[in-house]
Amino acid sequence: MKCEMCHTNEATVHLTQVVDGAVRKLHLCESCAAESGVDIQNPMSIADLFLGLGPAAAAAREGDAGECPQCHLRRSDFKKTGRLGCPFCYEYYRDDLAPMLKAMHRGDRHIGKKPSGAEAASRNAAALAELRRKLEEAVAAERYEEAARFRDQIRRLSGEADAGSAGKAPAP
Amino acid sequence: MTLRELIERPHAWPAEEGGPGVAVSSRVRLARNLAGAAFPGWAGEEERERIWRELRGRLLELPALADSAAAGNAELSEQDRFILFERHLISREHAGKSRGSGIVLRGDERISIMVNEEDHLRMQALCPGLRLREAWQMADAVDSQLDAKVSYAFDARWGYLTACPTNVGTGIRASVMLHLPGLALMEEMEPVVKGVAKLGLAVRGVWGEGTEAHGHLYQISNQMTLGEREEDIVRNLETIVGEIVEHELNARRRLWSQREVVLRDHVGRAAGILTHAHILSSREALDLLSALRLGLEMGIVSRLERRDLLELLLLTQPAHLQMNEGRPLSPFDRDRARAELVRRRLGGVLRLAARGRRKSR
Repeated sequence: MKCEMCHTNEATVHLTQVVDGAVRKLHLCESCAAESGVDIQNPMSIADLFLGLGPAAAAAREGDAGECPQCHLRRSDFKKTGRLGCPFCYEYYRDDLAPMLKAMHRGDRHIGKKPSGAEAASRNAAALAELRRKLEEAVAAERYEEAARFRDQIRRLSGEADAGSAGKAPAP
Repeated sequence: MTLRELIERPHAWPAEEGGPGVAVSSRVRLARNLAGAAFPGWAGEEERERIWRELRGRLLELPALADSAAAGNAELSEQDRFILFERHLISREHAGKSRGSGIVLRGDERISIMVNEEDHLRMQALCPGLRLREAWQMADAVDSQLDAKVSYAFDARWGYLTACPTNVGTGIRASVMLHLPGLALMEEMEPVVKGVAKLGLAVRGVWGEGTEAHGHLYQISNQMTLGEREEDIVRNLETIVGEIVEHELNARRRLWSQREVVLRDHVGRAAGILTHAHILSSREALDLLSALRLGLEMGIVSRLERRDLLELLLLTQPAHLQMNEGRPLSPFDRDRARAELVRRRLGGVLRLAARGRRKSR
């Protein structure tokens, strides 16, 4: 059996996961498994693994000692001043901020004015969410070739989104 | 026109309309930040300076800001910055900042922009009376024009991203300055403050610390910025302020019918002290000028206009006093100069009606 990630080496690592009552199986070669940081002791989502969000990526995030990778604001800095360091902090501290914002405001979703470039960006975000859903579905049905295709599309679209935001005059 | 010239010439008070004079002014400010740049409080001085230079150029190109002046905080003296603070064109925090921050002000003083206060941009529009929607439209126009030239920090779920999570989403703070002496004299301010707080709005004194309001001047503003459209935030505030205005007018009517002597005494004493005192603290001047304004609205005081009182309110502030005297003044000298200015302006002008008539609305 070939590895379902690289499709070249022989699969020697066999993962089984039960999610919402459905059994998912993933067969990887040793190097792909190692690269993704597969750890039998540490359960994870197979979809995350496909998107490079497996334990290896999580470890990399933990590795920077919990500070925003763009502005280096630490959680303790935020606690001290109540101010974030840069726009990316909202991404990095998303899980901390979500309940806080919900308690603080009328709703937890912006419904007002948008910048002119935001229309395209939000279309991208919707498309990304849809692809991500399809990826999960494909993984759940063990259609890994299809899943890999969705993964590539997700990567392409995320790349575009990054390039798109640099279209206008960047911050000086 | 330079910003210094704008500071030196008398403040361009927007003409207040007839109305009942309870809502003094309406203001809308929008908080915005640039994508990919650290917020001012976290950025280094060099980065702030770079952003200020960039934004200064872009802002002055906008059609909505034609006829505007700009200056870096470091180009202005501390006194100049506090003059702008006393005119409510910049915040106290911003007045305290130096290199790396700046101010853009439209010639008519209706639009002012702080660069690198807590956020990269704090753009505010000001209208006299209760005209929040107009203020929103003015701020919205500046924002849309700048949007075409820079890339804002924006998140599809959380909207415009701000240094403080309390401003995220729309980044809007709409506020109305209210003169509420009737409610204060009828001792009915407490329930109003509580009721308004329950509706998710904030009430604070325009001057003075905390909830204490010198001169019975209060500012009411929205607290929440995420999960509601700007138009709804503005309309909601306008509706509630409209109700508070009604409460105030009711209180004034009852003041007139139930406590006429108290009212006349309140106004008369204010007139007496203002026209005869030789030492006048800032706090006392605010309270007495407020009483005089009430007398004016109630038809007790004549030969005086609202704009004269607003001007006095401003000219008796510390930075304005020192600018007029052309030198720094000790607190005692300020109190003396303040009393002299007020005597000069009001003495021989003020008339109190023996039997006031209630002003028709």
